[in-house]
Amino acid sequence: MKKYSDLEYLKLSKWERFKYRFVSFFASIPVAIWHAILGIGGWFKKAGLAVANELKDIVQTFVNGDWKTKLSYLVMGFGSIARGQVLRGLLFLIFEVVFIGYMVLYGVYWMSMLPSLGLIGPHKEYHELLDTYVTVYGDNSFKILLYGVLTMFFIVAFIFTWRLNVKQNKISEEILRSGKKLKSGKDDLRSLVDDQFHKTLLALPLTGILIFTVMPLVFMILVAFTNYDGTHDGFSNNLFTWVGLENFNTMLHWSGGGSTNYAATFGEVLSWTLMWAFFATFTNYFLGMAVAMMINKKGIRLKKVWRTILVTTIAIPQFISLLYVSKMFAKNGIINGLLMDWGWITKALPFWEDPTWARITVIAINVWIGIPYLMLIATGILMNIPADLYESAKIDGASGWQQYSKITLPYMLFVTGPYLLTSFTGNINNFNVIFLLTGGAPTNINASGAAGSVGYTDLLITWLFKITTGAESKYYLASVIGILVFVIMAIFTLVVYGVLPSIKNEEDFQ
Amino acid sequence: METKSMKQHMGMRTANTISNTIIHVLLVIISVIWLIPFVCIVLQSLRVESTWQVGYILPKQWGLDNFRNLLNTNFPKWYLNTFIIAVVAAALQTVIVLCMSYTLSRFRFKLRKPLMKFMLILGLFPGMLTMIILYRVLKDLGLTQANAVPGLILVYIASSGMGYYVSKGFFDTIPKSLDEAARIDGATRAQVLWKIILPLAGSIVIYTLLTGFMAPWGDYVFASYISFGNSSGMNVAVGMYNWLTPDQINNNYTMFCAGGVVVAIPVVILFMCLQKYYVEGVTGGAVKG
Repeated sequence: MKKYSDLEYLKLSKWERFKYRFVSFFASIPVAIWHAILGIGGWFKKAGLAVANELKDIVQTFVNGDWKTKLSYLVMGFGSIARGQVLRGLLFLIFEVVFIGYMVLYGVYWMSMLPSLGLIGPHKEYHELLDTYVTVYGDNSFKILLYGVLTMFFIVAFIFTWRLNVKQNKISEEILRSGKKLKSGKDDLRSLVDDQFHKTLLALPLTGILIFTVMPLVFMILVAFTNYDGTHDGFSNNLFTWVGLENFNTMLHWSGGGSTNYAATFGEVLSWTLMWAFFATFTNYFLGMAVAMMINKKGIRLKKVWRTILVTTIAIPQFISLLYVSKMFAKNGIINGLLMDWGWITKALPFWEDPTWARITVIAINVWIGIPYLMLIATGILMNIPADLYESAKIDGASGWQQYSKITLPYMLFVTGPYLLTSFTGNINNFNVIFLLTGGAPTNINASGAAGSVGYTDLLITWLFKITTGAESKYYLASVIGILVFVIMAIFTLVVYGVLPSIKNEEDFQ
Repeated sequence: METKSMKQHMGMRTANTISNTIIHVLLVIISVIWLIPFVCIVLQSLRVESTWQVGYILPKQWGLDNFRNLLNTNFPKWYLNTFIIAVVAAALQTVIVLCMSYTLSRFRFKLRKPLMKFMLILGLFPGMLTMIILYRVLKDLGLTQANAVPGLILVYIASSGMGYYVSKGFFDTIPKSLDEAARIDGATRAQVLWKIILPLAGSIVIYTLLTGFMAPWGDYVFASYISFGNSSGMNVAVGMYNWLTPDQINNNYTMFCAGGVVVAIPVVILFMCLQKYYVEGVTGGAVKG
């Protein structure tokens, strides 16, 4: 593509400018992806270098250190205790004892079972006293995977603590060599509410995130490579085991025989998900902005009343309003009832029965849900636009539309750029609106081979929910969908963030 | 010359009045559209001649039977469950969110940027995915079904630290010079937080409490996983959702409306009282990203 200089760009007509910017936006996407890949490569290189540096430092500390330091490599915290920092040293030592105890008693077993996820499933054994066959339970794949993940986290934590212990010795030696005094246990405790206060504050939130988000996510990502489902629950029915990339092949179908049902369904659900996210985001954005501008216009009365009426929608729990509205649009609902009473229609409109009707209705009702938020946000931003911009525009004879397209819209877009991105990704995962309005209906008969009776308004996220709650409970497929959703979201985020700054920098440069 | 400009002026004024009238009409229409569902739900809850869906708005027979019937179901139990969850979760969540956002706004430590990036990446995974394993683990701990209330509270608050964006944006607007002045006077970091920042952060505390209180009333996914078919552990959303399944809707439709009204009224009143703080939070959050 030809790149224009400033002067050439200014000579272009409006339409050509638009075309130019449109093309250059999409042309910059591959570049942005390429930069992202380069960025990841660079990150790995940096990480590798950092590890190498750490290793070098560990060796050097050992070679240069005194005997206290050297012993600390085996007995964590020894150096600290020997130098009088009892509190720190004891913490290190206790951690080491707990770690070794755990590993010997449990950790080694779980880690050794991890590659197989269990060898002996539930089976029948002859029981002499009862003179009959009874079921005997063997290994528990679920627990093996769970505690395997837990043990891995523990090992990583130990390595970091050990490294910290080594570093501690090095620093202490340096301090003592320079003739200063080491911190006492009291100083350490005091620093927890002062210099190191951030560690105190973050301890609770980060522990919660680690236990309830990070570890479950690692577990679920691993599940995508197993055959864990309702019939392979790992204990009482059958064990589950590693299956490699098979589940991804089921979903995306890049090779081998078997049915293409899942791949076809995935494509369909994905395209509707993206379509939904696009329309849901932008209809709300522009209509919400329009309502905000109407309410804020000079000479409009009862501004507070309009705002309060709209905001009521936010206050009422969504499951009430959405479920109720969904029933209003049902075949025997109020909307159809009234329209027939008035004689406007003779047959009930298929709001939820026809795929296209259902999709349009969902987007329309989402506008009803979304406008109040946007109205609030837009109101805040509109008030921040300097009034003299409009004044001078008026003096120059700008029409209302020109004022909007040259001042209001660019300002809004500039300020709410990141918000648009989060609301787009939020809509991709907008479970509530779809699930409570349609539950995915109308059912897609073409997708009957795929699990969880997929419908035309199902998003990836509602499909995921259906798969995990259906009779078969194909957890591994749910996990595959979850990972794919992540990949899609990550690509969007990277591209948008990659494209935005590059444009900005270019402008800075000019 | 003068008359011409006067005419122009008058023309602009009439144009302005016309456009204002149109906008007023539009706003009335919008308000009607926004309010109709709520008016309908209230009217339906007072209809006693039949329990199923009908195609008219005004009841033929008025009465409070539906509200009385609510007491014969598990509804009071669900209501209590949801209320307990909402109060406890809101309080604990606020503490966690404030810890997180204040730290990320004020302290500059080595892992700050990586931590924020990491949480951004975590947020891209659908949160529902973790429920599959959390359900089984909580079940082993005896925190599901009949005991779903503590289990749900745990699930709601545990990862709430990831929603720090709005209040971090707020803390960013409090001038750092305040902290520094106090530090020079010998205050510890903890004292700065207690004595200087928290008294200024009233509005964001109320915002976090309010959103934390409102979220459990509308949550369906997590609550349905954790209560898993056990009626005494459900929240209002899960319990009442079941009333509208195809085989139950004809018996329970008007009761659902009555329940909806009972659920919505306290939440709406609370929201209206604290609306100011909510608006501040939402607008601030969107602008600062």
